[in-house]
Amino acid sequence: MSDLMIKVEQVGKSYLIGHERQQGYTALRDVVSQKVKGAAKGLKNIIRGKQLIAGVEMEEFWALKNVNFEINRGDAVGIIGRNGAGKSTLLKVLSRITEPTTGRITLNGRVASLLEVGTGFHPELSGRENIFLNGAILGMSRAEIKSKFDEIVEFSGVEKFLDTPVKRYSSGMYVRLAFSVAAHLEPEILVVDEVLAVGDAEFQKKCLGKMKDVSEQSGRTVLFVSHNMAAVKSLCNRGIVLQKGEIAFTGTQNDAVDFYQKNNQMVDRLYHSGPLHKAPGNDTVRILKFEAVPRNGEIITVFSGIDFVLEFYYAHSGTNIDVTFEVKTQDDTMVFHSGANITQNNDAQQGVYTVVCSLPQQLLNTGVYSISVILGENQRYVLYKLNDCISFEVMLETSGSNHSKLPGIIFPKLQSVSSFKPFVEI
Amino acid sequence: MQLIIEPGRTEKNYWKDLWRYRELFYILAWRDVKVRYKQTVIGVLWSIIRPLLTMIVFTFIFSKIANLKAVGAAPYAIMVYAAMLPWQFFSTALSESSGSLVANSNLISKVYFPRMIVPASAVISSFIDFLISFVIMFVLMVYYRYVPPIQILALPVMLVFVFLVSFSFGLYLTAVNVKYRDFRYIIPFIVQFGLYISPVGFSSTAIPEKWRLLYDLNPMVGVIEGFRWCIVGGDFNNELMLSMAISLVFTIIVLFLAIRYFRKVEKTFADII
Repeated sequence: MSDLMIKVEQVGKSYLIGHERQQGYTALRDVVSQKVKGAAKGLKNIIRGKQLIAGVEMEEFWALKNVNFEINRGDAVGIIGRNGAGKSTLLKVLSRITEPTTGRITLNGRVASLLEVGTGFHPELSGRENIFLNGAILGMSRAEIKSKFDEIVEFSGVEKFLDTPVKRYSSGMYVRLAFSVAAHLEPEILVVDEVLAVGDAEFQKKCLGKMKDVSEQSGRTVLFVSHNMAAVKSLCNRGIVLQKGEIAFTGTQNDAVDFYQKNNQMVDRLYHSGPLHKAPGNDTVRILKFEAVPRNGEIITVFSGIDFVLEFYYAHSGTNIDVTFEVKTQDDTMVFHSGANITQNNDAQQGVYTVVCSLPQQLLNTGVYSISVILGENQRYVLYKLNDCISFEVMLETSGSNHSKLPGIIFPKLQSVSSFKPFVEI
Repeated sequence: MQLIIEPGRTEKNYWKDLWRYRELFYILAWRDVKVRYKQTVIGVLWSIIRPLLTMIVFTFIFSKIANLKAVGAAPYAIMVYAAMLPWQFFSTALSESSGSLVANSNLISKVYFPRMIVPASAVISSFIDFLISFVIMFVLMVYYRYVPPIQILALPVMLVFVFLVSFSFGLYLTAVNVKYRDFRYIIPFIVQFGLYISPVGFSSTAIPEKWRLLYDLNPMVGVIEGFRWCIVGGDFNNELMLSMAISLVFTIIVLFLAIRYFRKVEKTFADII
């Protein structure tokens, strides 16, 4: 048997994405005639068996282009890249969820993919029943699940609640049970998407350990997508960096992480120019501009205070919109998740909004931070989340040096009161 | 085991894969059955009450008000219920399976398995409901002191037939419903309308001779009449044979087309669902 487990040749995947046409003004007559035309066109497309989404223009988008690589038995490969670089699409193609548009993939073994924890879990069923359901969905046979049942239950630590419907579980228990099933899969090739982003730190460590065992001891091949560079470094022995659907780098995991960090950091502003529909976002919101600027002075320091300036286009009206920022340190520790309402009285309008949110001085310590932006509607629905869209560096002094970094993530200004009395021996 | 993924490549081991994933069949069907009546007070009784009430209403309207006569020796209620069973199965299977892929879209976009399993197990879970509502048939027989004729031995064959009809139409509608959600609105209409144009509340002998052939083009006519024949008895005459033959041919054609169409589009489900 050859040692080559996965061979990917010239693989590409294109999607047709729809854009709704923007119109200057609308008259009822136009709407009616457009609908009639649209329906007629739709009917034609149905008869011809074409894909159709009402009232939109289609554009081809290549999520993956000319991807080539080979993976040997026992390798653990980390796949890294920015959001939208094609990582998840690659995993979907490899696990046969969707078929590639071009190219050819040869797999020498059974593939199990773990793109989400708890796929197919049914809230009404008990933990015990869900173990069997989830196992079967992931491709385990009933006998296989039965023989590992005790191990799975023990690993998850939810013995007491096995016969409770999982809808009564805490989210932590839910994730632990779900991951335990997945961790006991024994395929020759295991494909894992960013599933470790959930669960508490201790359990994450346990899962990482279990996955490490899988690749090291039993000689299985693991493909692992993550934004957590520390996890990639400790778990993998090779790395692939994807950029805009193409492979930008392959090599050892440490070189790959270095390459990625060098190429993707200190993007301190996002500024979109060009047609609206190409801006990051979706049909409801498009982010046009986002930057972090100092409130006082020229550079961001511990003492300058920081303004987040966000400009975005909103396509609906009559709702409330809000924005949330997530600030993370370089090792992926969340510093805060906090936001503000943009409109309060259901009076959002179609158009461009500019929001400035300010962080006070003496909050963040020196270091590099990344921000994710989440735009939401009516404080309930996430309209769009742009992960790690920019990062910024906080310096210590206005001189711009940061080599005397004090420990800690925050640098709060302490309010102090002191009093004095002379010491008297009793 | 080597696997090659290429665009447009139809998998040679599709049916083998389907067999390998057979446990997923049972478990999804079992999940649907188990979950269907959760948090309801009377639970599984729902699968009995619906056909029972429809049967009572139909018996009253067609027998008492419209004064139609029962065929053979069976009471009108049994004649209606014998047709209500396959119709109820067909209509539940149609609505359950057509929505099944969309309802399980989280599975479709996250794991690979032969997609045909999902509508198939939806049909199986409707079949289990169907078997449960059979209980009422026995109750009716005892109540009317009705002894079924020897034809009842052909019932297993008819069960296979009605299953095939439901599966083939269900599979086709499932595949088109992924792309064109319009069918979500069409199916309830088919189901409601079909109840009246199929010989459920009456026997197809009530249809004038000259319209009979046209009427037989409804594939459910042959199935329902065949099913009724097993329970009520009567001659296996040319008319019955003709309508059953028409619906059998119809079913085989639809099954063939449905499988072909389904396999053609199933690889794009994850992209468009």
